[in-house]
Amino acid sequence: MRKLSITLAALGLATQAGLAQAAPEGDPEKGKQAATMCTACHQADGSGKHVEGGESWPRLAGLNAEYIAKQLHDFKSGKRQNASMMPFANMLSDQQIADVSAYYAQMDATPGQGGENASEAVLKRGEQIAERGDWSEYVVSCKSCHGPDSRGAGATFPGIAGQHAGYIKAQLKAWQEGSRSNDPQNLMGAVAKRMSNEDIHAVAVWLANQSPVAE
Amino acid sequence: MIRTLVYTALSGTVLFSATAAANSYKTGAEIQQYIDTLTEMGFPAPEEDQLVHIPPTMEDLEEADIHPKLKQTIRRGYDLFTNTQQLRGENVFNNMNCSSCHLGEGRMPFSAPIWPAAVTLPDFRGKNGHVNSLEERIAGCFAYSMNGEPPAYGSDDMLALSAYHQWLASGVEMYPKQDIYGRGFPAPDRPEQLSYSNGEKLYQQKCAVCHSEDGSGLRVDNQTVYPALWGDMSNNWGAGMVRIFTAAGFIKNNMPLGQPNSLSDQEAWDIAYYMDNQERPQDPRYTGDVEETAEMFNNFHQHSMYGKDSAGDGGLLGDHENTGDKPFLKPFNVGVPRNFEGNTD
Repeated sequence: MRKLSITLAALGLATQAGLAQAAPEGDPEKGKQAATMCTACHQADGSGKHVEGGESWPRLAGLNAEYIAKQLHDFKSGKRQNASMMPFANMLSDQQIADVSAYYAQMDATPGQGGENASEAVLKRGEQIAERGDWSEYVVSCKSCHGPDSRGAGATFPGIAGQHAGYIKAQLKAWQEGSRSNDPQNLMGAVAKRMSNEDIHAVAVWLANQSPVAE
Repeated sequence: MIRTLVYTALSGTVLFSATAAANSYKTGAEIQQYIDTLTEMGFPAPEEDQLVHIPPTMEDLEEADIHPKLKQTIRRGYDLFTNTQQLRGENVFNNMNCSSCHLGEGRMPFSAPIWPAAVTLPDFRGKNGHVNSLEERIAGCFAYSMNGEPPAYGSDDMLALSAYHQWLASGVEMYPKQDIYGRGFPAPDRPEQLSYSNGEKLYQQKCAVCHSEDGSGLRVDNQTVYPALWGDMSNNWGAGMVRIFTAAGFIKNNMPLGQPNSLSDQEAWDIAYYMDNQERPQDPRYTGDVEETAEMFNNFHQHSMYGKDSAGDGGLLGDHENTGDKPFLKPFNVGVPRNFEGNTD
């Protein structure tokens, strides 16, 4: 077993090395310069903005760098479609994508917006979906993939606690309709398709009210 | 208020006749909602005369008319069940939570719902050859699946876990005679051939994104998000999940999360076979000789790769003294016989 552990550890290292080679190392300082064009929507502090009834801009501050980079690559390739983002993503080189991602990842996460006026009953339902899911509808909990308190798990599953309600809602609806499908193996799409509009709203406002970082 | 249902099939329509239970939390309509969802997700509808039970949720507990101290105890049981890692280093020596295998907090049909244990035990168990109580059954999970040492019989934690099991069973009669709908991890039929290389390929394609390429899973902030499927942080060789059919049933019915029954039977079995060909901590029933142990517990290990040559690297699986993070081999509850032969009827 000891021998096995060493083999597994070596395999793990090899995997990490493989990833590092595939993606250039990001430089947050350079990322700051490249990010000047992002600030109109995502703000100088990376907080983004909840826009009630409009297109909300996600908070990027404190998100996983690899996750941000993948999204930018997906906007570029058209794997993730968004009319506002595509032209900006297209302007970035692979190196700049790595730099911008590293820049936003090292910023302090800011609070989510858009959950301020939710009723207690709606928040309670949102908490249930996020923490335990609703198995009568086969809707699994957010945290089963997004990690403890839905603050993110690795590079694939972003932190969604403290994200803006409008953005979460729009993304879940996009998955539901099939206009967003850049998740691995349809993991998010399969769940989103089973959610009611009420539950999407409830979970979005509850998550927006949660702290993006452990307190 | 109806919660225990016996299904009868009539002209292709599933109808149910209801027996009123005093302790009821789910209405007939709510139970039907679960059944509709499950059948929509590719699970079979209940068969004629199967016992269908949908346990109450933690939301139902809040509303329940039971003593507040009992509610606290059940909540503690729920908390232990879903965050068993809080017992790490004492009762648990790997990355598992109870809810890692028993999805939906132990409530879901086809994901080894735990309430049947509360209404079918004490009963004889082939695994250890004697009559087991509910506590003893829970202790079995700690010894094998958690690679640990169970909380003591009668301890606060054991009481809380038992109470949670029993609460989930509320309304079901003791020792039901009917077959239970969705009990265990019903396995698909075993295909003629199992393929290690296909299992490996499928695992890397479909499982590794969460459980990692080396099967170690993922932890965040010292909590398990994705359980380890093999290696030191997984269940040991004595856990039910090492039986290939059990793992195949789990995978088919539950994986990838949110997409049950999306894999073919062959795919589920091949992935299970690949997993079972990897190493994990020693079976606590180990005698010091893997082949002897496999033979001694052949009723169990005939279904696992323990004591056999790995289809991967060819080494003899389980031929080691590694107990993972657990600093001992045998917890207090393993190998303890019990018999009443001295009693007269």
